[in-house]
Parts: sequence; C-alpha cells; structure tokens
Amino acid sequence: MAGTSTLPAGRSVKLKLDRDGIVKRCFMALIGLYLFAALVLPLYAMLSKSFVTYGFDLARYEFQVSDESGTVWGEPVSAASLNEVLGKFTADDLASSSDGRLAVTDLFPDFSFKSPVKYRLRSTTADAPYLVGLDLQRTTEWQEFDSNTFRRVNLRPVTTVGLQNYVDYFSNAALFSSIENSLFIAIVSTVLTVGLAFGFAYALNRSCIPFKGTFRLIAMMPILVPSLLPGIALIYLFGNQGFLKGLLMGQSIYGPLGIVIGSVFFTFPHALIIISTALSIADQRQYEAAESLRASSWRTFWTVTIPGARYGLISAAFVTFTLVITDFGLPKVIGGQYNVLAIDIYKQVIGQQNFEMGAVVSVVLLIPAVFAFIIDRQVQKKQVSLLSARSVPYQPKPDRRFDMLMLLWCLVVAIFIAGIIAVCQVAALVKFWPYDLSLSLKNYAFNRMDGGGWAAYWNSLQLAAMTAVAGTAIIFTGAYMVEKVDGFRAGRALFQFFAMLPMAIPGMVLGLAYIFFFNDPANPLNFLYGTMAILVISTVTHFYTVGHLTALTALKQIDAEFEPVAASLRQPFWRLFARVTVPVCLPAILDISIYMFVNAMTTVSAVVFLYSTHTALASVAVLNMDDAGDIAPAAAMGMMIFYTNAAARILHAFASRRILGRTQAWRAR
Amino acid sequence: MKLTKSLALGALATVLSTTALWAETELTVYTAIEAEDLERYAAAFNAEHPDIKINWVRDSTGVVTAKLLAEKNNPQADVVWGLAATSLLVLKTEGMLEPYAPAGLDALDPRFRDGDNPPSWVGMDAWVASVCYNTVEGEKLGLTPPKSWADLTKPEYAGHIVMPNPASSGTGFLDVSSWLQMMGEEGGWAYMDGLHQNIAAYTHSGSKPCKMAAAGETVMGVSFAFRGAKSKNEGAPIDVIVPEEGIGWDMEAIAIVAGTDAPDAAKTLVDWTISPAAMKEYNVGYAVLAIPGMAQPVENYPANVSEKMIQNDFEWAANNRAAILEEWTKRYDSKSEPKN
Repeated sequence: MAGTSTLPAGRSVKLKLDRDGIVKRCFMALIGLYLFAALVLPLYAMLSKSFVTYGFDLARYEFQVSDESGTVWGEPVSAASLNEVLGKFTADDLASSSDGRLAVTDLFPDFSFKSPVKYRLRSTTADAPYLVGLDLQRTTEWQEFDSNTFRRVNLRPVTTVGLQNYVDYFSNAALFSSIENSLFIAIVSTVLTVGLAFGFAYALNRSCIPFKGTFRLIAMMPILVPSLLPGIALIYLFGNQGFLKGLLMGQSIYGPLGIVIGSVFFTFPHALIIISTALSIADQRQYEAAESLRASSWRTFWTVTIPGARYGLISAAFVTFTLVITDFGLPKVIGGQYNVLAIDIYKQVIGQQNFEMGAVVSVVLLIPAVFAFIIDRQVQKKQVSLLSARSVPYQPKPDRRFDMLMLLWCLVVAIFIAGIIAVCQVAALVKFWPYDLSLSLKNYAFNRMDGGGWAAYWNSLQLAAMTAVAGTAIIFTGAYMVEKVDGFRAGRALFQFFAMLPMAIPGMVLGLAYIFFFNDPANPLNFLYGTMAILVISTVTHFYTVGHLTALTALKQIDAEFEPVAASLRQPFWRLFARVTVPVCLPAILDISIYMFVNAMTTVSAVVFLYSTHTALASVAVLNMDDAGDIAPAAAMGMMIFYTNAAARILHAFASRRILGRTQAWRAR
Repeated sequence: MKLTKSLALGALATVLSTTALWAETELTVYTAIEAEDLERYAAAFNAEHPDIKINWVRDSTGVVTAKLLAEKNNPQADVVWGLAATSLLVLKTEGMLEPYAPAGLDALDPRFRDGDNPPSWVGMDAWVASVCYNTVEGEKLGLTPPKSWADLTKPEYAGHIVMPNPASSGTGFLDVSSWLQMMGEEGGWAYMDGLHQNIAAYTHSGSKPCKMAAAGETVMGVSFAFRGAKSKNEGAPIDVIVPEEGIGWDMEAIAIVAGTDAPDAAKTLVDWTISPAAMKEYNVGYAVLAIPGMAQPVENYPANVSEKMIQNDFEWAANNRAAILEEWTKRYDSKSEPKN
C-alpha cells in the first residue's frame, strides 16, 4: 500500500472509439431514445395529469345587481367577496371535477326567478368560463340577465395543479376499497397458482408419470387466449344458467370467486415455466447424500428440494401477483360488483371521462406492481448457480403410489384447463344458450356485432405479425448493443434500466399514458394517434422486458472473444452480427418473435384505450362483445384467437426445427 | 423499414384526401349507432349523395364521448351522428359543437332539437327505458311480472334485477335522471335505496341487462325497449315492460363538430339525417322518431311508448350530471360487494 501512494497519478487511459464503437453507440442511443419516447415520456405525461385538478375560482367573476325597476345598478362585487360575506361555500365545496357546475344563484340568498331584479355577470380574466343554460361563455364583457335566465347560469371550474385528486381518491371509500380487493384477489390467486403449478412441475420433473409431453402441452394452452376467456367459460359453467351451478352451493361466480378461478387459469403457465425450470436443475448427489444420512423423503423434500427451488418459487409468486393485480379483462367479465384497481381506471376514463382520476388510480396501481418487481429483482440477484460442472442430473425413480398421486394431480389440472377451453368452443357453437341448444355458426357472424367484426380479427393478425417482426428486431438489436458495447458504463446501465421498466408497468397504465402523451396536439408524434403504428409501439414496449432478457441470456452464451477477433481481422461489427451472432442466437430470436406474436394477439389492457375503428382488435372485440351482452360471439372470437395462436406455435415449432437443423449443426459437433 | 413506408403512404393518402384533390369528400363521423345498422344508414345516404364518403368511428356511447372530450383541443371528427343527446350536451358546454339549422328543421318535434337558434344539435329518434322480463325464468321462480317502477322494489324480486351503472352507461343515467325528475330528489333517492336491495348487479353497458334477461342470467333487466324488441325477435322468451309511471328517454342526435375542415359536406349530411328518407331507416329499429306521425310500428316494440315518455329536462340532467353521479356512487358503489 505504501508503495502505491508514491506512484505519480498516470495519464488516465481512455478507450479510443473506433468507427464500430460509434455506430454501436448510435444504435444503442436510437433504441434508448425509442424506449424514452415510448415509455418514459408517456409515463411522465400521465403523472403530471394526475396532478391536474379542477376548482371554481370565485375571484374571477364579478356581479352587478339592479333594483326592482331593473335600471339602477349597484356596485360591481366579486363572487369571492360575496361568498366571504355569506360563508356559503367552503374551500372543499369549491374543489370540483372536469364536469363540475356551480349555480350562481347560491350566492344571492334573496334571489327569486320571478323578481324583476336584473343581474350582470362578467369574468375578470379570459380563463373564467361559465354556462348560460348550456352555452359556454368565455368573455370579459358584462352580460345582462333577467332573473329567470340568471338561475340558469352556472360557473365552470378552472384547472390548477395540486394534490387534490389524491386527497379525493383516498377519502373515497368505494375507490379505496378497490386497493384492498385487488390485493386480496392477487394474494389468493398467487398462493393457489404457485401451489398448483409446483405440484404440476414436480410431477413433470421428479416423477415417472406417463404423457408428460401431453400434460406440458395442455398446461401451456392458457397463454394462447386472452385473459377474459376463462371468465366467459366460467359464466357458462357456473353462471345462473350454468350447467355446473349446483357445485357452487349457492355462491355466486360473479365476484372474487370467479376472478380467482380465472386468474389461476391464465397465470398457471407463467408460474409453471418458472418453477419447472427451477425444479429441472437438481443435483442427484444431494439426494444421494440425504438418503445415506437416512433422511425421510419428507425431510429431504423440505431440506433439499424446496431450498433448491426457492428462487423459482419466489419469482413465480411475484410474476403471478403482478399479472393478476394488473389484469383487467377478467374482473370486467366476471367481477360483478367487485371493484378492483384495473376496473376503476376503466370506469373513471371510459365511464365518466374523468381522465385525471384515471391517472391517479394508475399511479396507485403502479405501486404494488413496481414493488413486486423490485423484490423479484433483488431475489434474482441472489440466485446462484446450483449446477456445477460436477453435478449429476437428477433421475426420478418409479414409485407406484407417488406416481399415481402425481398423475392424478396433473389430470385434475389438465382437465380444468382443457375443460375451460372446450366450454368456450361449445358456447361459441350453440345457437341461443340455454333456450335453443342446436349448433350453428351464427355466433361467428362478427360483422353483425359490436367490436369491429371480422376486420378486427385481420387487424389483430396484422398487429401480431408487425409486432413480432419489428419488436424482435428492436429488442434483439438493443440487447446486442447493450451486451457487446465496450465501456460506456453509465449509458448501458441507463439503457438496461429502461429495458427492465416495462415489466413493472401495468398495460392499462401504459395505455392511458399513451393517450395523454400522443393525443397532445403539441406533440410532434401526434400523427401516430389512432394508427396501427401506435398499437405496435405500445405492444412492443409493453412486452419488451421478457424479450430483452431472453436475448441477453442468449448473447451471454457467445464468447466475448468473437468481437476482438473480428476487429483484429478488420471485419466491421455488422458483418459479425449478421454472420455469427444472429445465426447463433436464432433459437432465442424465434422465441422472442413467437412470444411477441402470441401476446399481441391476446393483449387487451394496453390497447383498449388506443385502438380506433380502423384498428379495432380481436382481443378488444371479445371484451366489447361481452360488454354488450353478446357472450357467445365473444367466446367465438376468443377461440379464433386461440386457434390462430396455436397455429402460429405449430408453425414456429416446424420452422424452428428446420432452421435450427441448418444453423445449429455446429452445436452437435 | 416497411412500417415507415406504409406510414408515409398513409400520411400521403390522408393529405391527398383532405385537400379535396379528389372529387370525393370524406367525412370522419363518430357514432354510437349499433354496428349492424351502420352500413344500412351509410348506404341510404350514399344513394342520394355518392360524392361524400363516410368514415365511421364507432364505439359505445361512453367511449365515443370520452374520445371526443380527449380530443377537445384537436378534434378528429367532422360530424357526430347517432350519439346520446345527453353526451352532445356535454360537448356543447365545452363549446365543441358548430350550431347549424339544417333544412327541414321545422318538421321536427320541438323536443328533438336544441333549444337555441340555430340549434347545436338535432335529434333522430328516441330510445326509451323499459324492463326486459324473462317469462320462463320468472315462472320457474313463481314471480309475477312487474307493472311499474314501484313494483321493482318488491322483496320477492331480491337478487333478480340487473340494471346499468349510471356512471358508465348512458341508459343507466337516463333511468336515474328520470326517477329523480318523476319522484323528486328525495323520493327518487328513496326509491333507488329500495331498488338497490333487489339489484343483483350493475352492468357497464345499457344493453347488457336485457341480453342477460334474454339469456336467463337474470329474470329482469332495466334496459331499453329497442334492445328488448330485438332480443324478442331473436327468439328470447322475454316481455318488454313499460312501467306505468312513465319512462325516461334519451335521443340519438347529430351535430357538427366545430372546426371541421369539410363544413359543406357536413351540412349536407346533417340535412339528410333528419329527412324523411333517413327517418325510414331509423324506423327499422326505433319506434319513436324526430318527425312526428311518421313512425310505423316496430315488431315486438311496446305500443304505448310515445305517451309514456316523460317531459325530460335535458338541461337539468346535463348540469346536474356530475352531482347526481357523485351521490349515486357514494350511495351504491361503495357497498356494492356481491351479495352471497
């Protein structure tokens, strides 16, 4: 240590930027800019919207009152001073919403609409609107009214900036109880889903049951349908005309029960993938050690299996929790009167056009989602590799009783999942449930229904294809730049942060933020509003993170030596990118594209605020048809999405096998 | 990239079409008319005016209103055709409508036009509140069909009524506002307190209660007559009941959006929409039209609807909307957990 202190501080060494470095940085900046414009700015616009409040500013209006003859006028007096004298309105009364009205006659206690007294009103500033009847007035000129007209005069609120919306929100019992409801639903669904998925994953990885492939296939089906489809199936099963209604013993499926069952259905595959991965990595030697120590299998389970899978379990729990709390389709379809946060946003914005309150609820909805995300990230960091080079992969041994139990478990789950899908298909084909059970294709005549008709289906296909192509290109390039650029620490960290952010943003919040941001006429990107492009942008952004992580994982497997080698051979980086990186990462690229495609077909939450008539989508059509009471056509459209996604998956599988056979031959040496 | 190319092409097409380089004028028309009627209306209009092309932007009443308000500073629509008058009143108070006296204005029932001169909007047809009652399910439960609004509070109906949430449905709001107008503030809220005890669910859309009744998901749905008649025609075992005290109503109306860049085409369209030819088209589904005496009976549509329509004070409803919804939400939304 003493020696180093005497050394003179050397010249600081800076990495010299070559042309490749500059180009790479430009690419990274470009995609970083995309994320900034498509994510950070809209969120900022939404946040600022939540602070816009409406209130009546009495100081901006002046009155004059005449005597009985209607000719002699008194002194002008401001509404504020009238109110001060009367003490009629408190500051609380003057807070309002965008649709608020304040009757001016309330400021004149001896007002009578039959009296000959006349009134004059003027605004003292340009921004002081009032209504005469239903006519909006924005003038600083005096206007004269007889008393019969004067009673039809209402002041309109003006906008200010403040915390009022948040105060209102937290003092509104109905809205506030939604937080409780949302947490309750999310926690119950998470516990159930993780429990069921763990059993299922355990059966797939640690037992010798037959038909593992089939079970895995069935378990993945819910990913292919919109989250509101199970809701529709549950109505047919357990609704007031449902054929299994007796099983509920008088409980109503509309409400928390329905939401929880539906949530378990649509989050199951997500939890299963994570837990299954965690369970598939196991070291046989640990189990052998446990056995030779004469530990009971119960004890082994708790001391070896669970600790090994704990990060997977925690991760699965948070993913499920976030999915449920941000989901909006399911509570909309089957929630009955059970209010949750995501529904509140929809009600505030679509039902009452109260965009400010919608923004407030969005901010509240962000909190649990961000919280879950941060914890998950912390846990992921602690995850250490369980599998060392000397590990011996675990081999399950047949055990009749245990295998039967596991088979039963899988059967129950598989019947539940396949049953829900089958019910939807039947519902779509029945003519008029429950009074005319003959089969027909009438429910597929989407053009006679709300929601956009068959055009919506073709739009969805287009959106999914565009999202798959554009999204994969953007995401993979972004991941490549962030992984393979040398130096530039701060920029890379920032980029990485942007790329991880979408995971924590609920789709509805993103959609609402897009309205505020892109519909602002002052925004140069305003022309995107109402186009297919904005749907593509929002969908790519919404599902960015998972694609990014997939790409990073694949890129990390490529030796970092390739770049220096290419550089020393004087090959530009793009040649390396096209000749080596992309082919090597092709499996990951295909995975990202199918992930984007499937999600673009099923997503509702982000796009529900953004579609226009020319860009109506199939998933939104399902929602709208259900909303209008056309449940059977909604199920029919849901099944169209299912078949499309299933076909895309199969195509993907075939394409993967062929392309991989050609490009991945090197792996098999 | 392909995306930018198609974007550029799209932008070019819009520029070309809006600058009237082509003989054909395009109108962006926002509407909440039922999807299945849109094509028919447009075809009837184009039969007389082939040079004006209508680009529909269709959604439910709430969404269209929200969209128009959201675009307040940068309106995209030229004309709003077929939106609830209550919603158009909201737009009027925001100064978003262009007053225009269409040809044939005098033929209209005075209830079907804005009171101002020239009017900011004119009505097309009325849609009226009704109760859809499922006779099969009612019989199973041994219920008698209701005759009046007051009947709906009878304890035997507990859990068998569905109505739209006024905060998200125009139909729901017209029910609530009509009860308050008929029974007075105090009586109206007392009535709703009683009704709330029987409500199984408040839906987001106004047609859903009737469709739920048609499917037997509920015994009766507070909805509108047009929907009930339609479901009955499709074979649903329902009766459309017009409560005897009188029924709330709203109208589908049309208005020009202030700042439209095709004012002449917009006026041509508005002229046509209140013409007898247009009324004939509306009459296919609606039994109460803006031009008195024109309407032909509609199949399965209750006959006495026109007399039962209350004297609806739209100005009062629009100016008190925010306060009514706040009160309603406070009373019924906070305790709207499902009854087990």
